[in-house]
Amino acid sequence: MLLNRKAIRTRGATILGIVITFLMLFPVYWMLANSFETTQEMFSNPVPLVPTQVTFEPYLTVWQAQLPHLITTLTVSIGAACVAIVIATPAAYALAHFRLRVTILLVFVLLLAQMIPTVTLATPMFLIFNQFGLLNSTLGLILADSTYAVPFAVLILRAFFLSIPYELVQAAFVDGTGEWGAFFRIVLPLVVPGVITAGVFAFLFAWGDFIYGLTLSTNNTIQPISLSIYTYIGQFSDYWNNAMAVAVLASIPAAILLVLFQRYITAGLTAGALKG
Amino acid sequence: MSTKTTTMVHDVSEKSGRAIPTRTPRSRRVRMTLVRLTFILPLVLYLLIFYGYPLFYSIQISLEKYDLQAEITGVAAFAGLSNYIADFQDPTFKIAALHTLLFTVLSIVPQFLIGLALALFFSRRFPLSRLLRALFILPWLLPLIVSGTIWKWLFNESNGLIDQVLSSMHLVPAHFSWLTTPGWAFASLIFVNIWLGIPFNMVILYSGLQTIPQEFYEAAAIDGSSRWQAFRYITIPMLEPVIGIVLMLGFIYTIKVFDIIYVLTQGGPANDTQTFATWSYTLSFGQQLFGQGAAQANMILLISLVVALFYLRWSRRSAESLI
Repeated sequence: MLLNRKAIRTRGATILGIVITFLMLFPVYWMLANSFETTQEMFSNPVPLVPTQVTFEPYLTVWQAQLPHLITTLTVSIGAACVAIVIATPAAYALAHFRLRVTILLVFVLLLAQMIPTVTLATPMFLIFNQFGLLNSTLGLILADSTYAVPFAVLILRAFFLSIPYELVQAAFVDGTGEWGAFFRIVLPLVVPGVITAGVFAFLFAWGDFIYGLTLSTNNTIQPISLSIYTYIGQFSDYWNNAMAVAVLASIPAAILLVLFQRYITAGLTAGALKG
Repeated sequence: MSTKTTTMVHDVSEKSGRAIPTRTPRSRRVRMTLVRLTFILPLVLYLLIFYGYPLFYSIQISLEKYDLQAEITGVAAFAGLSNYIADFQDPTFKIAALHTLLFTVLSIVPQFLIGLALALFFSRRFPLSRLLRALFILPWLLPLIVSGTIWKWLFNESNGLIDQVLSSMHLVPAHFSWLTTPGWAFASLIFVNIWLGIPFNMVILYSGLQTIPQEFYEAAAIDGSSRWQAFRYITIPMLEPVIGIVLMLGFIYTIKVFDIIYVLTQGGPANDTQTFATWSYTLSFGQQLFGQGAAQANMILLISLVVALFYLRWSRRSAESLI
């Protein structure tokens, strides 16, 4: 009897959980559903909750124009993730295991750096990049977007390095390996999950960037996908099925990374907040 | 649990790390320190170039008469605090300040309460709870502009779903323009921002809940405490540090929100959704008043810093009270 009541309660919790999750994800569903609607159906009232005739028309319409923006964003995001990893990994290791005098100061600076609003950095970045000819360039966007990730990556990787016993590293010195040799051969393979976590976040931060795309590209030569969506809904304000198709294309990396690295993402999100 | 083991390991390594240099000669020690500094050198340079310099530049131009002409000639006259004063005296300042405050508070509080409720709900293990929890993060991972675009369509006045549903229930007149009606535009914006913040709050609070030892609840149950008492006297006090972090991070994120406002309302109608962040952008890039825009952006940073300092003081005190 008691077991029965408990079973009913857990089943109730599952049903409630599904309902809540559906409500929360409804906008995402709506984006997907509407990206497969015909334009005619988008203008009908009410817009059907499930497309009555699934069409790929919106995707075919936007695909060609959006492809260059997707490639730009992909290049910029991968670049920014690489910059973040290359800079953050050795530093995180040093901040975790070397007893340097600057450790506390640097960790504090990194925490502060994370607080700086992008709007605060965007204005000077625009003026500085203008002087160095970095406006409207992929390199400029890579560098700017990497600022989203570097402090976060160092702090998160440091947490990973702290979980490796330093004795393991010292053992390498006995064989006559230098500091960098030990780092590459012994330590780095142990923190691959950390590097993946940092890389995934750096990629997602850069992929989601809007402000730098908006400020650092003054002509339309280089336009990341987020800016392209914004331009699209400004230009074709009536074709929401097409706009949703662009939005879906821009969401694909987030969805893929969530499926592949769900564990890392949750862990990273938590570690970034709690240990940082 | 895991953090505890980490710090223990760290302590051991620190001790053994200290033991080594005493046995090595001085010259080798110096060389070792130099080699070790090469690990942090790239980071230090990076921070100086991409944070230090822009920040310095931002402060510098906020003290100059930096406008379009100065941008071209590269010469700007020192202007003291006049940009800050101009910001303060602008009628938009008061409006933006009020909006920033309301936007932040009215976003954070519901985000937190809903996030906590969901974290508690998902802590009860039931079939599918893991999968549902994973799905819950998806809105947080989407680019903000994507979320903004979806909501812009949902709120659309000619055929958006929200309008269709509510007007069919006769709650609002048909073709109600949410995003361009004063008051409603701001309310809609806050609604969207709450939706955006729930996953983050939930994930952090959920993991905070997992660190509370189950034995506490078992002991309380034996003592005959009610669920509410367990929540009030075990969950809340144990969760206090995490609650502090979530609220502080929530504040820092929310005060600088730009993307979502820009895509949904652009600060309009007529400054009705203008916050410090959007106004700063408008000053710099809309009106080319880079000095005033920088001054305004620096004020946002200053507010964040003050809040973070209060948080640090509070967290130290709460950590002490735990011991």
